[in-house]
Amino acid sequence: MRYSGFRVIKEALTGHKGWKPAWREPDPQPEYDYVIIGGGGHGLATAYYLAKEFGQKRIAVLEKGWIGGGNVGRNTTIIRSNYLLDGNEPFYEFSLKLWEGLEQDFNFNAMVSQRGIVNLFHTDGQRDAYVRRGNVMLLNGADAEYLSPEQLKSELPFLNFDNARFPIKGGLAQRRGGTVRHDAVAWGYARGADQHGVDIIQNCEVTGIRRQDGRITGVDTSRGFIGAKKIGCAVAGNSGRLMAMVDKRLPIESHVLQAFVSEGLKPVLPNVVTFGAGHFYISQSDKGGLVFGGDIDGYNSYAQRGNLPVVEDVCESGMAIMPMIGRARLLRMWGGVMDMSMDGSPIIDRTDIYGLYFNGGWCYGGFKATPASGWCFAHLLARDEPHATATAYRFDRFRKGLMIDEKGAGAQPNLH
Amino acid sequence: MIIEHPLLGPRDAQEFTCLGDASLINRPDWQEDDAVNRFYEYLYLRDNPAGEHRELWYHEQGDRSWLVVTRNTVTHEILRVELAIDVARTARSKDRT
Repeated sequence: MRYSGFRVIKEALTGHKGWKPAWREPDPQPEYDYVIIGGGGHGLATAYYLAKEFGQKRIAVLEKGWIGGGNVGRNTTIIRSNYLLDGNEPFYEFSLKLWEGLEQDFNFNAMVSQRGIVNLFHTDGQRDAYVRRGNVMLLNGADAEYLSPEQLKSELPFLNFDNARFPIKGGLAQRRGGTVRHDAVAWGYARGADQHGVDIIQNCEVTGIRRQDGRITGVDTSRGFIGAKKIGCAVAGNSGRLMAMVDKRLPIESHVLQAFVSEGLKPVLPNVVTFGAGHFYISQSDKGGLVFGGDIDGYNSYAQRGNLPVVEDVCESGMAIMPMIGRARLLRMWGGVMDMSMDGSPIIDRTDIYGLYFNGGWCYGGFKATPASGWCFAHLLARDEPHATATAYRFDRFRKGLMIDEKGAGAQPNLH
Repeated sequence: MIIEHPLLGPRDAQEFTCLGDASLINRPDWQEDDAVNRFYEYLYLRDNPAGEHRELWYHEQGDRSWLVVTRNTVTHEILRVELAIDVARTARSKDRT
């Protein structure tokens, strides 16, 4: 069934009796060509593009809970492509371009809102760094705009420009950045994949990966053995647990990142704003809540909840740039498990076990990457070679010293 | 989280910074034949367990001691706290015997 305005009117006039479930609930087949482990944004996008763009058949997505219940349902919904390094910027710009056509492509309203993102800077040195970053973005075909304090004052008058410690000296804007309705991304990809014949199997936990003579043969699950020619692993924070099933250690630690929503307010914040002197990013959802977040807690965690010191730190950062939010009450907060890699950049690569492919290490930037991650992983699975924008995301970059370290923090996952 | 410091008693985790897996104590010998590979594994690869995890915490806002904290990464419960120097010495004396 295609969704359209006409369809909504027709259903409204006929008592809404024609709507069908957006995807089937099939029982697992005994064998598939492709088994994608992880029914989150990246796993569902991978299955969708595998079927739609790469013409592959017999694909299953296995999800231990319900689809979209992990990080795609727990993020701050920001999309952007304002990266500095060669290994990253073309990939994220590819992702942003996919976001721009996504809703038409999978016929689902994901509420992609290109409201723009502004990175504030507070010192002369930081301004130079952002100008350089802006130039890199322009060279890679993305958009970037330098905003003077005067421009910022007319666009975002509520910012704390004269903060004694961190005065706001300007900003780097990417007008094509913005926010997306995060759950709808999972649902849209699930529906699209299902329409192309992908089996989405929920409540099906992978408990083991079977191997024979150096190649995989399938997965043991809570719903029995499922044979597979190729397995794609896209389980974010649980990457370590899954790869431990094949005795593989990863350059990844799992950490908790918290996010916050205030009570609903009238429209006050027109775009996404990030703090340059601390770690803080904020936008306003279409329901009116201020959605914001900051640093990870800094210790290994699988708990999906964090501790109070980071809550205080994030709120202090918010107050430093935007004192007006001090009167708003915090409505909800939650934590997600981040697959923090050793250089802060992801991995989309084959493993040394034939037929087993890995997608992970997204740190806390995985949401904006969802479409390109799915596309590039599907490319790798279908053709056995990396997509042109994802050639740097290899396992062996750590061994070879080819790290993609945007922050320059070194092999310290809790600092990325 | 409250960390039961072996010398100072219960201290707020906020006074500490967390470095990561306690295996970082066991720095490889650079003179080994496969030292390059050992250092690669030492620096970049992690067990990253869900459950009990031994990790290094530094009491930066306190007595500047390094601790080995055994903590459950699923519940955040702290099970055991030792001075890192004791852990390192015990490991070294075991190596000698």
